[in-house]
Amino acid sequence: MTFVAAIGRTFLLFLSATGRFALFTGQAVSHCVRPPLYLRLLVRQMVDIGYYSLPVVGLTTLFAGMVLALQSYTGFARFNAEGAVATVVILSITRELGPVLAGLMVAGRVGAAMAAELGTMRVTEQIDALTTLSTNPFKYLITPRLLAATLMLPCLVLVGDVIGVFGGYLVGVYRLGFNPANYIQQSWDFLEYMDVVSGLVKAAVFGFVIALMGCYHGFNSERGAAGVGKATTNAVVSASILILIFNYLLTGLFFAD
Amino acid sequence: MLTDAKIRLAGVHKSFGPKQVLRGVDLEIRRAESLVVIGGSGTGKSVLIKNILGLMQPDSGTIHIDGQDTTHARGSARAAVMDKCGMLFQGGALFDSLPVWENVAFGLIQGKRMNRAQAREIALEKLGQVGLPPEVGALLPAELSGGMQKRVGLARAIATQPEIIFFDEPTTGLDPIMADVINNLIIKCVRQIGASALTITHDMASVRKIADRVAMLHEGKIIWCGSVRELDASGNAHVDQFIHGRAEGPIQMQVRS
Ligand SMILES: Nc1ncnc2c1ncn2[C@@H]1O[C@H](COP(=O)(O)OP(=O)(O)O)[C@@H](O)[C@H]1O
Ligand SMILES: [Mg+2]
Repeated sequence: MTFVAAIGRTFLLFLSATGRFALFTGQAVSHCVRPPLYLRLLVRQMVDIGYYSLPVVGLTTLFAGMVLALQSYTGFARFNAEGAVATVVILSITRELGPVLAGLMVAGRVGAAMAAELGTMRVTEQIDALTTLSTNPFKYLITPRLLAATLMLPCLVLVGDVIGVFGGYLVGVYRLGFNPANYIQQSWDFLEYMDVVSGLVKAAVFGFVIALMGCYHGFNSERGAAGVGKATTNAVVSASILILIFNYLLTGLFFAD
Repeated sequence: MLTDAKIRLAGVHKSFGPKQVLRGVDLEIRRAESLVVIGGSGTGKSVLIKNILGLMQPDSGTIHIDGQDTTHARGSARAAVMDKCGMLFQGGALFDSLPVWENVAFGLIQGKRMNRAQAREIALEKLGQVGLPPEVGALLPAELSGGMQKRVGLARAIATQPEIIFFDEPTTGLDPIMADVINNLIIKCVRQIGASALTITHDMASVRKIADRVAMLHEGKIIWCGSVRELDASGNAHVDQFIHGRAEGPIQMQVRS
């Protein structure tokens, strides 16, 4: 009997947590589409998320492109198919590695920062203070972060794509001895519009997920420094897992046949 | 029921899990009156203010402001309450990403949509009233001492000239002279501007100076309420013990030696 009760209690807790999260998401999204919009804050978040994540994302995709060229070369050499290296690099980067790596890195950098900042604001009563100063904390804190992350991640991924492909090119030309013109030719020949666009759509979804997790956990942070620490960890872990899950779902959606 | 009550609480209960903090608080704050709430630390004085403001929802009981039931007000009804109220948080709750002057001007810029130059003028004037020179305006809250942060919080609470002001331990952490300056400022808000003030304090000198009426919160209820003149002859052993700061008496501190 106690066992059944324990299961029941866990299930109810799960339901109420899900409900709370759904409510938060609904409220956050509805504030995104209703005026007013704090432009100044939006711009600051866009710079913070977009511009300052460039080094991290650039480095990650650069080395991803490089190692991809190296690995696929050793693999394809066994079938005398070395010519496919450039194609493999550009397709893997634009479709998968660009968005996923950028998403995971930004989750670590930006998602954690959001959760820590909002969590600190929660425990030091700054969020309550916002409310007493006739300012909606959703509009002031959450909307700019959600919009900025959703808009900036595709930009980051686009830059990351270019850098990743360039990394592959460097290894291909200077280490594996490809002819530069041929390498570029092979990159372009098989690239379709959809490859890039699907990656950018993924990036937008990942950006939304990162900001939502960072804001949700930070906003509902428990009291004290330990509460903020827990919120930060939860934000990064949940965003990372959701990114991988959504990556699979979106790939299935885009390239089902 | 026709009284001069600005705020009226009836039977307000609030628990956190198994812990009952407020157990039926009845309290009335009149128009243009300065009410001081005293009580041991951890008795729920801050929780009381947060319930009135709607930062927390009471479990039961009602709260009326200006005759309107605001117990569970949301949306525009809640915003209307916030427009009337100013609040000094116990910990200051300054926005640490904004310079001091913008903290003070926040309610003017965001709430009252005043232009920044004008709001800055008023902010610097309010800073002057709490004894801070204009140079402080450009600093960040983290660069100030605790007492200075408190005074900035106070300046922020009164900047929009609210009808109702809550001061949560306004003089804690200030030297006696500055504490008296703050006392005078609170008196000025009530006497000159005609605001209703609810102040929480442990500072008996402050109580005697600023209070029109005093209420004592103990074990979740208001156990005594009367004018400041009656304070010394309250006939209530709890009040007597508190105002004289004696360890012996009906209020037992849970200490082991
Ligand atoms: N958000 C909260 N969650 C859980 N417990 C709380 C919360 N806020 C206050 N409490 C508890 O309520 C009690 C009263 O707190 P408070 O009103 O801050 O006391 P004080 O009278 O010193 O201002 C404390 O025991 C505190 O632990
Ligand atoms: Mg308190």
